Amino acid sequence: MGVIVAENLVRQFGDFAAVRGISFDVPAGEIFAFLGPNGAGKTTTIKMLTTLLRPTSGRIELDGLDPVTQQNEVRKRFGIVFQDPTLDDELTAYENMDFHGALYKVPRKLRRQRIEQLLGLFELWDRRDTRVKFFSGGMRRRLEIARGLLHHPKILFLDEPTLGLDPQTRNQLWTHVRQLNQDEQVTVFLTTHYMEEAERVAQRIAIIDHGQIVAQGSAAELKQQTNSQSLEEAFLALTGSSIREEQADSADRMRAMSKIYRRRSS
Amino acid sequence: MTAIYILWLRQLKRYVRSRSRIIASLGQPLLFLVALGFGLGPIFKRAHEGSYIQFLAPGVIAMTVLFTAVFSGIELIWDRQFGFLKETLVAPVPRTLIMLGRTLGGATVALLQGLIVVAVCLIAGFRPHMTALLPLALLFLALIAILFTAVGTAIASLLSDFQGFQLIMNFLVMPMFFLSGALFPLDMVPAAMKIVASIDPLTYGVDGLRGTLIGSFYFGVPLDLAILLVIACAMLGLGGYLFSRIQL
Repeated sequence: MGVIVAENLVRQFGDFAAVRGISFDVPAGEIFAFLGPNGAGKTTTIKMLTTLLRPTSGRIELDGLDPVTQQNEVRKRFGIVFQDPTLDDELTAYENMDFHGALYKVPRKLRRQRIEQLLGLFELWDRRDTRVKFFSGGMRRRLEIARGLLHHPKILFLDEPTLGLDPQTRNQLWTHVRQLNQDEQVTVFLTTHYMEEAERVAQRIAIIDHGQIVAQGSAAELKQQTNSQSLEEAFLALTGSSIREEQADSADRMRAMSKIYRRRSS
Repeated sequence: MTAIYILWLRQLKRYVRSRSRIIASLGQPLLFLVALGFGLGPIFKRAHEGSYIQFLAPGVIAMTVLFTAVFSGIELIWDRQFGFLKETLVAPVPRTLIMLGRTLGGATVALLQGLIVVAVCLIAGFRPHMTALLPLALLFLALIAILFTAVGTAIASLLSDFQGFQLIMNFLVMPMFFLSGALFPLDMVPAAMKIVASIDPLTYGVDGLRGTLIGSFYFGVPLDLAILLVIACAMLGLGGYLFSRIQL
């Protein structure tokens, strides 16, 4: 049995099924990539695995524990970098890091040391005492990632971590993640839109579309299965080439509104 | 414990950093003090009820704590909208403790805001004449703060955006304030209104404050204290339960 397991996992929102009976099994120490077009059910799956959402049916397991009934134990085992922003704008970069470290019980001395190391790595150390609300989009994203790496969990979820990052930062991120994976056998579950990234980092890839897993295997296996030259080609062969619309949730709408407001007042 | 402390600290930092909010929230109590206190004062005096400022000040202080507390609780919606809530919801800390930390932080903010208004009332001529009971008055303020922050948190746990907010302000928070006896003595109002006031938790807060600050009361300080304690605990329980059931 793997360290992340899903069996016939289903999640309905009203009569819309976001996830329709998916199964996968990620062994300990693996880097596993979840690929899929927008709205395929990647984030919904991660939310269920990380105790934010209860499944409609099916079974999930994290390190042998049930995220539905053993929430607190499960939460001790994973770390996550979310797809959308989760920083406190009114706190400084350092305070956001420190808050996280305290919540995750990283001992004070180690906390300070890692904060300095990570903020340095993502080139935010000089801005550590600036409130996040004065940060650019790229800086926020970097801080978000640095924070996600502050404690060293057994399982690390990365939900489209590289979205909007420059190649340098992307490179830092993956180097760091691979190091964590090798040195501490951290199991990594990631989603991304960048095929070459998945191919480079992940040992195994699952392709999800319309809430169902359409193929699973190593990048080489997926290419072979579809007779493709590249993973991108394999991905398109498996998921078709039509563009998907994602529904904006209330948070997205609100963020859009606040942007309009800020523009007007400046 | 660390979790409660760090969440409490966060609420405080946010408060201290939003100076415009601190100043803005003083406008309403000032208006009440000036317009009602000085406007209705002469009539109150003619009715042989004594100084209206003396009577009104505890009500205005309670109002400030009520509004700030409910807002602090409702701020949860903000955290949900801007994502920060997720950061706390996946943390390896029981959600009831997270709710408790947030609520104590919000309540502290409400209490501080209340104390600022106490100072404003003193400037306006309010004189508490039961100095020995001042610690007890502080306890009443703290209980009002905790109770209504918990109410705000409980409500915010059920809402995903601010659309229901006006509804709550107009049909819950405003009535709780206006029917609590903050502005008028309860002993002379019609019986139906007395009943409504007696199911309003703020009534006991206002009455307790008045009892401890100026020695006039309707229910009596021990009863006020007992009822507030029970409701505050119940609201903390309810808020904790609803908060721990949030799905995103």
